Amino acid sequence: MYTLKYTAKRLLFMIFTFLIIISACFILVRLLPNVPAQQFGKDMDLVLKSRYRQGLVDEKGNEIPLLVQYFNFFRKTLIGGDWGISEKLYFGQDCFGVFLEKLPNTILVNAYSSLLAVPLGLMLGIYAALKKNKWQDHAISTGVMILVSVPSYVYAFLIQYYLCYKLDLFPLHMRGGGEYFTWATFRSMLPAVISLSLSSIAGYARFTRAELTEVLTSDYLLLARTKGLTRAQTTTRHALRNAMVPIFPSILTEVIAVLSGSLIIESIFEVPGVGPLYTESITTLDYNFFLLLSAFYTLIGLTAGIVMDLSYGVIDPRIRMGSKK
Amino acid sequence: MMKENNIPKIPADKFRFVGDEIRLHDQKMDTKQISYFRDAFNRFCKNKSSVTAAIIIMLLVLYAIFVPMFCQTPYSLALTDTDYLMYGKLLPRNQLCVDLGWDFWDGFKDRKDITKPAYDQVRAVAEETGLEVMKNVEQVGTNEKGVPVYNIRVDSYIYNGSDGAYTYMTLTEEQYKSMQAWQNETGIQLIYPAVDDTKLSQKNKLNADIWYEANDKGVPKVDKNDNFVDIYKQIGNDGSYNSLRIEGDPGIDNPNAEDRYRYASITGDSSAISYKCRVLKYAYFQYKYGFEPSFLFGTTAMGQDMLTRLASAARFSLLLAVCVSAINLFIGAIYGAIEGYYGGAIDMLMERFTDILARIPFMVVATLFQLHLAKRVGPVISLLFAFVLTGWIGMASTVRMQFYRFKGQEYVLASRVLGASDWRIMFRHIFPNSLGTIVTSSVLVIPGVIFSESSLTYLGIVNLDSSTMTSVGTMLANGRQFLQDFPHVIFFPAIFISLLMISFNLFGNGLRDAFNPSLRGADD
Repeated sequence: MYTLKYTAKRLLFMIFTFLIIISACFILVRLLPNVPAQQFGKDMDLVLKSRYRQGLVDEKGNEIPLLVQYFNFFRKTLIGGDWGISEKLYFGQDCFGVFLEKLPNTILVNAYSSLLAVPLGLMLGIYAALKKNKWQDHAISTGVMILVSVPSYVYAFLIQYYLCYKLDLFPLHMRGGGEYFTWATFRSMLPAVISLSLSSIAGYARFTRAELTEVLTSDYLLLARTKGLTRAQTTTRHALRNAMVPIFPSILTEVIAVLSGSLIIESIFEVPGVGPLYTESITTLDYNFFLLLSAFYTLIGLTAGIVMDLSYGVIDPRIRMGSKK
Repeated sequence: MMKENNIPKIPADKFRFVGDEIRLHDQKMDTKQISYFRDAFNRFCKNKSSVTAAIIIMLLVLYAIFVPMFCQTPYSLALTDTDYLMYGKLLPRNQLCVDLGWDFWDGFKDRKDITKPAYDQVRAVAEETGLEVMKNVEQVGTNEKGVPVYNIRVDSYIYNGSDGAYTYMTLTEEQYKSMQAWQNETGIQLIYPAVDDTKLSQKNKLNADIWYEANDKGVPKVDKNDNFVDIYKQIGNDGSYNSLRIEGDPGIDNPNAEDRYRYASITGDSSAISYKCRVLKYAYFQYKYGFEPSFLFGTTAMGQDMLTRLASAARFSLLLAVCVSAINLFIGAIYGAIEGYYGGAIDMLMERFTDILARIPFMVVATLFQLHLAKRVGPVISLLFAFVLTGWIGMASTVRMQFYRFKGQEYVLASRVLGASDWRIMFRHIFPNSLGTIVTSSVLVIPGVIFSESSLTYLGIVNLDSSTMTSVGTMLANGRQFLQDFPHVIFFPAIFISLLMISFNLFGNGLRDAFNPSLRGADD
């Protein structure tokens, strides 16, 4: 009952926050000088029709008051799901359709990188914790420190230069086109996947090591050992489970964040995904795309936050998020 | 049974008071008192990696501050010079490596598996100028058509890829004279003989490298002995050229010989005569800027010296980060102090406000600020605003936690009893006590800002590129398209930012440990 109430509270607050942010975005974007429809020449009708459908202009294509536009945005875009057509990037195409077309690429690249990063990171972290203060630990910790600090685009460059260009193992850029599960597509994705996963691996390894070393020194592990359990048994059955309490939520969050991806890596390897769409919508001032993607990223961020908080309670029933003292 | 030392009766005079003769006083402390910050500093110094990181940061900062000041050359000062484009993408050259004859960091570009025509183009430059244009020449075989294939290293300063070694310049009388005078003075050949136009195909007329018979693609036609056949211009007026002549010129023996080479073709009428000359770019650099080109980090695609350009980029990035950190500290300290000190409903309301603000994706904020403010206040200020808008929230929550921790302590109660105002208690008593944590998080903000700034400029959301200003991210973005052939354009900024990030993280971690009293004595 308590969890339900807490979840409902969080969800309501999330919707509230989302509405505030997206309203601010909408109003700020609408305050910018709009591209006059006359500029589109023979495509003027197409643009005007779309704008009218969204309730941004009146039948003749004249501007209507901002407050009315805002009301219409609420009604037709947020609830009705009509994000208008692209006026620059993919001229004339439905924004939401283009977005849906691009999303699988981003998800795929990020899902692969998660699949690679989570087990590897956990394994490295566990190994380092078990070998604490030995050379293996120092080696892993140093590597982790470097990978965490160095910006991901730097090793993306290195990977692109050495693996793709010098050694010619992979194509320079990711393949587009609708085939998602062919070997060629997978191979062209790999550089991006590796670049994305490196920093995640380091992050997980560091986190796991920190949590596990703390648990490994606790009294109940000593008790377990005195009861006659082997080291492997205590580690896997007692230490690891307790160490996973803070780690698991962050994995879960990452799984959600998979949707949003990394703008910079996607742009370096030209992944035909959501990231480049966003940056291009900004540089070409395609407002419809910008609004849609801003809403998307905001939503992902908010959801990830809630899932993180809620999963604490799920994995460890002793924790009650937001409880009073 | 009786023990031996069990003496039934001890005379009273055998008893003595312990320490009756010694006088015990409170002793004055011999050791020096150590303040909180002194202690933190001592513990910081024990952490070797953090100290190393601090030194590296210091070196990088010194580089950013002083290199643009002291490494100025006439070249790096001429920022808007259009001649810059002739010297783009030169490879890094360390004079020491050149002197030692190493094949590394010497400004030479490896060209592997080039066919004879491409090799001949370089050889022609070497033959005409007599300079060491290439080294390590090695014939590695022939290709399937029987054309010889070579591996060579080409001096990128003289012969830079497809741009070639020479350029056609249209000079005024004055410039022409001054170049000749410079040649006489230094003995360096700057102007090379003009070529007979009639023997050039339409395409080759623009290619200043050609002084030999060549086909339409500029490939030299060699004679039986593998020699080039020159097509120098031997007729017409060259404005009484009176300066250095290249080897083989009949004009060396007799400056008035009919078949002497002509060093310019004259166009224009008598009122505004212009001389079209073939100029060696390498020598032109020396003529114009007064020194031999040699760039430690090479040059960018636009021809800017990477050493000074990167330093000013670093200066900008660091300055921006420090400004953001300082402003965040200021706003966050006040906001967090009020939240933490007053607590209750005020805290609740203020927290909800930051909750909403913190959820806005930074990219969206930065973009909206760019769209709205960049035209009015410039991209830098609007970027600063974007960083500050959500950046102070982290600082505020740190300060808030510290205030919750300290506000119940006795010294706070004492000063309140003594009638101190809330403001005084907040900023005279509690704030100095939480300074350690606050300083640490301020420092850790800096690499974050540098990283975000470089990402934003890299993605092109913020444009900071101009002839006088740049940032590390901009340099990376500009060098991106040359990653394959000229990796040095990306290499140095990437190295710089990686070093900076690693050192800042190590430094910040060391600082955090040093200011954490619970770790005191943990490592002794």
